[in-house]
Amino acid sequence: MSKDVKIDIQHITRVEGHGNIKIDVQSGELKECKLEIVEAPRFFEAMLKNRHYDESALITSRICGICSVGHVLGSLTASEDAFGIKISEQEKNLRCLMNIGEHYESHVLHIYFLAVPDFAGAKSVLPLVNTHKDVVVRALKLKKLGHEIGNMIGGRLIHPTAMRVKAMTKIPTPEILHDIIHRLEEAKTELKKDIGILKTFIIPNFERETEYISLYKYGEYAFLEGNIYSSDIGETSYKNYLDITNEYLVDHSTAKRAKHNRKSYMVGALARFNNNHQWLSEDAKTIAADLGLKAPCYNPYMITIAQFVELFHLADEGIKAAQSLLDNGVELENRKFTIKPGRGIGAVEVPRGILFHDYVYNDQGYIQKANCIIPTGQNLQNIEDDFRALVPTILDKSKEDISLMLEMLVRAYDPCISCSAHILNVEFE
Amino acid sequence: MSKPKVAFFDFASCEGCQLCVLDLHPEQLLDLLNVIDIVEFREAISEKADTFDIAIIEGSITRESDIPRLQKIRDKAKILIALGACAHIGGINALKNFQTKDEYQEAVYPTAPQKYETSHARAISEVVQVDAFIPGCPIDTNEFIKVVKNLVLGKKPGLPDYPVCMECKKNENVCVYELGMQCLGPVIRAGCDARCPSNGGYCFGCRGLITEPNLHSQKDIIQKYNLTYEKMMDKFKLFLERNKEVFPK
Ligand code: SF4
Ligand code: SF4
Ligand code: SF4
Repeated sequence: MSKDVKIDIQHITRVEGHGNIKIDVQSGELKECKLEIVEAPRFFEAMLKNRHYDESALITSRICGICSVGHVLGSLTASEDAFGIKISEQEKNLRCLMNIGEHYESHVLHIYFLAVPDFAGAKSVLPLVNTHKDVVVRALKLKKLGHEIGNMIGGRLIHPTAMRVKAMTKIPTPEILHDIIHRLEEAKTELKKDIGILKTFIIPNFERETEYISLYKYGEYAFLEGNIYSSDIGETSYKNYLDITNEYLVDHSTAKRAKHNRKSYMVGALARFNNNHQWLSEDAKTIAADLGLKAPCYNPYMITIAQFVELFHLADEGIKAAQSLLDNGVELENRKFTIKPGRGIGAVEVPRGILFHDYVYNDQGYIQKANCIIPTGQNLQNIEDDFRALVPTILDKSKEDISLMLEMLVRAYDPCISCSAHILNVEFE
Repeated sequence: MSKPKVAFFDFASCEGCQLCVLDLHPEQLLDLLNVIDIVEFREAISEKADTFDIAIIEGSITRESDIPRLQKIRDKAKILIALGACAHIGGINALKNFQTKDEYQEAVYPTAPQKYETSHARAISEVVQVDAFIPGCPIDTNEFIKVVKNLVLGKKPGLPDYPVCMECKKNENVCVYELGMQCLGPVIRAGCDARCPSNGGYCFGCRGLITEPNLHSQKDIIQKYNLTYEKMMDKFKLFLERNKEVFPK
C-alpha cells in the first residue's frame, strides 16, 4: 500500500482540557503517532506543601472540576489512612451519594454531550436541540440531578463545601433522602428511554486486548474503597500503588519492558466493568446484556456503553444508601480525632478510572510531600497504543473519516486532560 | 438586532466554571440561546469561531507562550469577561507563587524540573484589559446568566459589593469562628449566598475582596478568637496571592 496520510488535530474538542492528535503515515507506514498534551501544568503537589489536612481536599478538588468529588474522596481517604481514622456507615452512605452525583454529572455529560453528537453526525449537542429536543432536555435534567444531589448532600457538586476528614459537616433531612430515592428511580426510567438510541450507534468494530486496572473489593462493584486489581496479575494492596503506576512511568522513560509484559493499561468504566461486572446490580446487568456489552470487552469505543450501564448500577446503589440512612437515622458526627505524623494513601474510582492520592504529614497535620496520580494520565499510553493498532486498519478511509475515528476514540476514553497535565511525563516517540 | 456571538476560552483552570455554565435547566438554556449565540465552546462543541463579540475566559495565565493567544482574543472581542476565580483573581493557581519556580518545579517533576514551560500564575486583568468578571470558584450559574444578560443589554454586571457575612447572617448561621474555624467572610464579596459557611465550611475568599474591605476588622477578630496573625494570613494565601492589599510586595 502506498498511502500517505498526515493528520494534525489541534485542541481536540469535546474533551476536558487541551490535547492534539498527530499522525503521519508515509507509504502506508506509520511514522508518527502522538497524542500531545498542551495544557499548562498547575503544580498541585507543590501547592499542597505545608498546607493543613483540613485544606488538602479543598485544594485538590480544584485539580479538576468534573472529578472534583473524586479528588475530595481520594484526598480524604489518604488523610484518614495517614491518621488511622475509620469512617462510620453513615459517612460511607453519604460519600456514596456524593460519588453518584458526580458520576451522573460526568457520565451524562460524556454520553449525551460529547459522544452522542458523533454518532448522530452533529458537531455538538446544540443542533440536536432542534432535531432531538426530548433527548437534550432529558440529558440536561439527568446532569442536573447529579448537581442537585451534590448540593443537597455536600453543599455543592463542583468543589463541595461539606466534605471533611472523618465526617461530613452537613446532614440531609429525611425529606431530602426520600426525594433522592424518588429521583433516582425516575432517572432509571428516563435513561431507559434512550436505550433505543444507543442501539442505533454504529460502534466501530475495533478490538485490542490490554491490561484492565480498577479498584477491587470482593462482593462489590468498588468505587470508594478496596485494593487494586489487574486483569493480568490479580489483586495488589492499595498501599503498593506505585508498583503499578511506577512501572508504567519507568516503562516510558527507559523503554524497558515492565514485568507485566505490557506497555500500557486501561482504567475507567470499561476496566471496572471487565473486572467487577459480576457485582453490578441486576438491572444494570440486564441493560448491559441488552446493549451487547459482555465481559471481557476489548473494544474501547464501548466505554460509553459501560458508562451508561454504570448509571443504572449507581442509581440502585444510591437508593440503597439513602434507604439505609433513612432506616438508621442521620445525625451530625463529632469530628474529633488525633493527628499522627506519617504517610497515607487514598485509592478511589472516579468517573474516568482509578485515582491515587498519597500524602506525608508532619506531627502538626501539615503536608510535607504529596503525589496524585490521575486516571487520564494512566490511560494516555493506552490510547496511543490503540491508535497504533487502529490506524493501519483504516488507511483505506478518507482523511476526514480517519480523523473522526481517532477523535471519537479519544473522546470514548473521556479523557480529562486538564487533570492529567500536571502529573505525567507523556512522551510518545 | 442580531444576537451577540459569544465564545468561551480557557487557560490554566479546572474547567469547573465552564461546567457550571452547562449546569442549566433546559428552560434556562433555551432562554439563554434566545439572547446570545454560542459560537465557540470547546467543552461542548466542535466548531471554532473566527469572529465573536463577547469572549468569556476561564483560567489564569501561567505561561508566557499563552499571552499572544490571549491578546488575539482581546483584539477580536468587544467585551471580555473573566470567568471564575482563576481568571478573576488568579485563584488557587496563584498558591504556588509563594514558592520559587525552582521549588515548585522540583516538587512536581523531580527528574526533569525544567521540562515544561511555566511562570508565576496571574489573573487575566494583569495581562489584558478585562471589562467584567464573574467571581467564584466555581461561579454561580444563576449569577452567570444574570451578568451575561445585563452586559448584552448594555447594563452594569450587577454584582453585590458587600461582605459574605451579610448573607451568612441572613441565613441565620452560627458564625464559624464560634466553632473554632477561621473565615474570610467579613472582607469577601457576597453573591454566593454564603455558600460555604451555610454548608458546613468557612469562607476562604474565592470571590475576591469587596471594594473597600475593612482589613483592620480582621485584627479585632484575631484578638477576640485568640488567633495569630500568621494563621489568619495563611488562609488568605489560598486564593488571594495576587491581591496587593492583602499581600503587598
Ligand atoms: S475558578 Fe475554581 S472552579 Fe473555576 S476554573 Fe478555576 S479552579 Fe476551577
Ligand atoms: S461564618 Fe464567616 S461569613 Fe458567616 S458571619 Fe462568621 S465570619 Fe461572617
Ligand atoms: S463563602 Fe467564600 S469561599 Fe465560599 S463560595 Fe462564597 S466567597 Fe467563595
